[in-house]
Amino acid sequence: MNDLAFQLLLALDASIRLAAPLMLCAMAGIFSERSGIVDISLEGKLLASAFVAAAVTAATGSVWVGLGAAMLSSMMLSVVHGFATITHRGDQVVSGLAINMLATGFTIVVGHAVFARGGQTPALTDNQRFGPITLPFADQLNAVPVLGPIYKELLSGHSLLVYMALIAVPMTAFVLYRSRFGLRLRAVGEVPEAVDTAGISVFWLRYRALMFGGLLCGIAGAYLSTASGAGFVREMSAGKGYIALAAVIFGNWQPFRALGACFMFGFLEAMTARLEGVDFPVVGVLPTQLMQALPYLLTVLLLAGFIGRPTPPAAIGQPYVK
Amino acid sequence: MTETVGPVGQAAGAQSAPGLALELEKISKSFGPVRANRDIDLAVEAGTIHGIIGENGAGKSTLMKILYGMQGADTGRMLIGGQAVDIRSSADAIAKGIGMVHQHFMLVPTFSVLENVMLGTEGGALLAEGRAATRKLLAEFAEHYGMKVDPDARVGDLPVGIRQRVEIIKALKGGAKILILDEPTGVLTPQETEGLFDILRVLKADGVTILLITHKLDEIMAITDRVSIMRRGEMVGHRDTKDTNPQELAELMVGRKVLLQVDHSPAEPKETRLSVSGLGARSQAGYKVLEDISFELRSGEILGVAGVSGNGQSELMEILSGMRPVGEGHFEVLGHRVDNRKPKDPAAMRDIGLGHIPEDRHHHGLILNFQVQENAILGYHNGEVAGAGLLMDRAKIYQHSKRLIEDFDVRNGRATVLAKHLSGGNQQKVVIAREVDAEPKVLIVGQPTRGVDVGAIEFIHKQLIALRDRGCAVLLISVELEEIMSLSDRIIVMNAGRLVGEVARGQADENELGLMMGGGRARPKVPAAQAAASGGESHV
Repeated sequence: MNDLAFQLLLALDASIRLAAPLMLCAMAGIFSERSGIVDISLEGKLLASAFVAAAVTAATGSVWVGLGAAMLSSMMLSVVHGFATITHRGDQVVSGLAINMLATGFTIVVGHAVFARGGQTPALTDNQRFGPITLPFADQLNAVPVLGPIYKELLSGHSLLVYMALIAVPMTAFVLYRSRFGLRLRAVGEVPEAVDTAGISVFWLRYRALMFGGLLCGIAGAYLSTASGAGFVREMSAGKGYIALAAVIFGNWQPFRALGACFMFGFLEAMTARLEGVDFPVVGVLPTQLMQALPYLLTVLLLAGFIGRPTPPAAIGQPYVK
Repeated sequence: MTETVGPVGQAAGAQSAPGLALELEKISKSFGPVRANRDIDLAVEAGTIHGIIGENGAGKSTLMKILYGMQGADTGRMLIGGQAVDIRSSADAIAKGIGMVHQHFMLVPTFSVLENVMLGTEGGALLAEGRAATRKLLAEFAEHYGMKVDPDARVGDLPVGIRQRVEIIKALKGGAKILILDEPTGVLTPQETEGLFDILRVLKADGVTILLITHKLDEIMAITDRVSIMRRGEMVGHRDTKDTNPQELAELMVGRKVLLQVDHSPAEPKETRLSVSGLGARSQAGYKVLEDISFELRSGEILGVAGVSGNGQSELMEILSGMRPVGEGHFEVLGHRVDNRKPKDPAAMRDIGLGHIPEDRHHHGLILNFQVQENAILGYHNGEVAGAGLLMDRAKIYQHSKRLIEDFDVRNGRATVLAKHLSGGNQQKVVIAREVDAEPKVLIVGQPTRGVDVGAIEFIHKQLIALRDRGCAVLLISVELEEIMSLSDRIIVMNAGRLVGEVARGQADENELGLMMGGGRARPKVPAAQAAASGGESHV
């Protein structure tokens, strides 16, 4: 019995790790979409920054330089997205798709050219990664019943970037609802004309929102290749950017609700790994493919109307013309 | 001494020498080949209410956008308080003391009143302090001008009159000395309009200079000190309001003599052609938008449906024209019963002789990217006018549309021009020509003159009365009370999805109708301003 509880604890622990990049991307998506810009390029930014983080870390030996480079590269892609959609009023979905395709091709081509390892970057050593951090007294408190193991297994022992992801959520909520920037951001996603006539630049506001999102996406990318993994593997983002976008929509563009959705997807993914080969009563062994498809199936089902009608920002997807 | 200084801080302004608050010299603005403003001169005295009147497309809105920095002028000079200024953005305009109440409110419906008012003047990177300051500001506005608004109400839930109040507070919050109002009364009941005017009078007394843009002559006469008239991008005259009259203003606007009142002979109603009983409908979200509507419409009469926009008239119109299924109840039109088990689409309705002129000509009345000749047969494209065979008879369509263009005086209208290139008034004439020419037995008309200039209004009104005199039963839905009163033989009033009253022609009194539209009972002799002040709040 105790063993089952412990297994559950481990599964939850894994869900936090799997949900971390989703959280960062979802918060990035909230910044962008709340300002009125559809951001399907989360996926591309995640992939590109994962590559940049691993490549720069491998080249310089410093994971911090890698993280900085990842954030910068992702922000640059955000600016490209902004240039196409804000300045030139291009279609936001098309621009996002273009960035995603660019990221896929760019990481493979440059990976081959520079490292000649079939698209992978060199494996990083432990001191070139964000390793697990043991929170204070984790081992001592382990003896405390119930809370001890929860503290040690669930909360302690993650990498710095996971904690950053966990902090990103309340920070996003704080910025959105308590700061001047957040008020203007929410307004520009609903009625950009109101922002313009209040004497505030719609363009600059949206650029800043996108760049903020790019920064968060960059951290998520670095997490994939320098914390959760030890190097870049081609197409390692594997749709996480899209799942994060789904989490934004599930969460009705609100940070804490999106966090819940990220946890749900993280948990599903964790369970996929754990339930592989398990013999269920009646149905028997479930095919792995089915388990892996579950998050996507769930997304389709939930989006098809099980979660009530989402209310997106009113001006989303529409370029602003004075 | 200056104990009564308002939030605007202009108490001393009224007493100071009455200089010019605003001067424009030779302002011009072109959009491609179109000259929207040509050499505009304007001088506005400080502390007065100055009206700017003109037809749609006369260039009023362009001029105001230049004033508020939303568009740059090509040439010309602007002076505020005698000083030349260069206004390149709304931020510049605000800094120079110009506030604007836009025709389409610049409010975020999902925000609270407080959040809307503080947007742009948050007073720091975090909101806490700005919230407190804005709350105080709202209290001052409530006390000094009687502009009461609940700071925590969600703007999307407020009635239009109150939303406009929020817009005015927004425009004045930074201490604006010049307030521009762009068509502020289009969405208000007469009582709400009177309430707005009361506020404007207090502001004027406080020394604020007010620019009022409108196309309604009676408002100009009621509140302005001086009026400037625009026509086709030019200023064609300035008058002191006390020295002019509506007839003169209308002629200056249009450039020729116009009849403000169409001849309206008494109706001779005959048999009932449309009878509606117990009609009800719900919105997508499940709210009741129409409840228990019953009335009859007879041959040879115009029945007007009065009401403030959004009180169920659109839904009523959509149901009767077949665009929307019947919720509850049924109606009988020309001997055909329609209910939710026996629906009829607009094509079927047209076949039995019920035509309709939709409220929104851009979405329902026309296909803007189609030519005039194609639009002229829309909805009748399977019928005789289009050749009735498998293929469309282009020559016949062309001839038909040419005749309509001539008969209905569509200006610059060649049959092959795209509908989007016509002015609003001419677009509306195309829709009206199409429906009237089909000689319907029943015609449902929605907002026939919305965004249409004075000259075209006169023409459209004549057409509707002529149609009535040929025996058609006309249901006229309009938010323009004046239009309802001048055309209808009987008037029914809608509020919150219900019928709240019926008045015969001649017994209709603007005040009484306004009260019914606002949801109040028809009370005798309530001073309008007082009613607006209390009526405005009671919606919440």
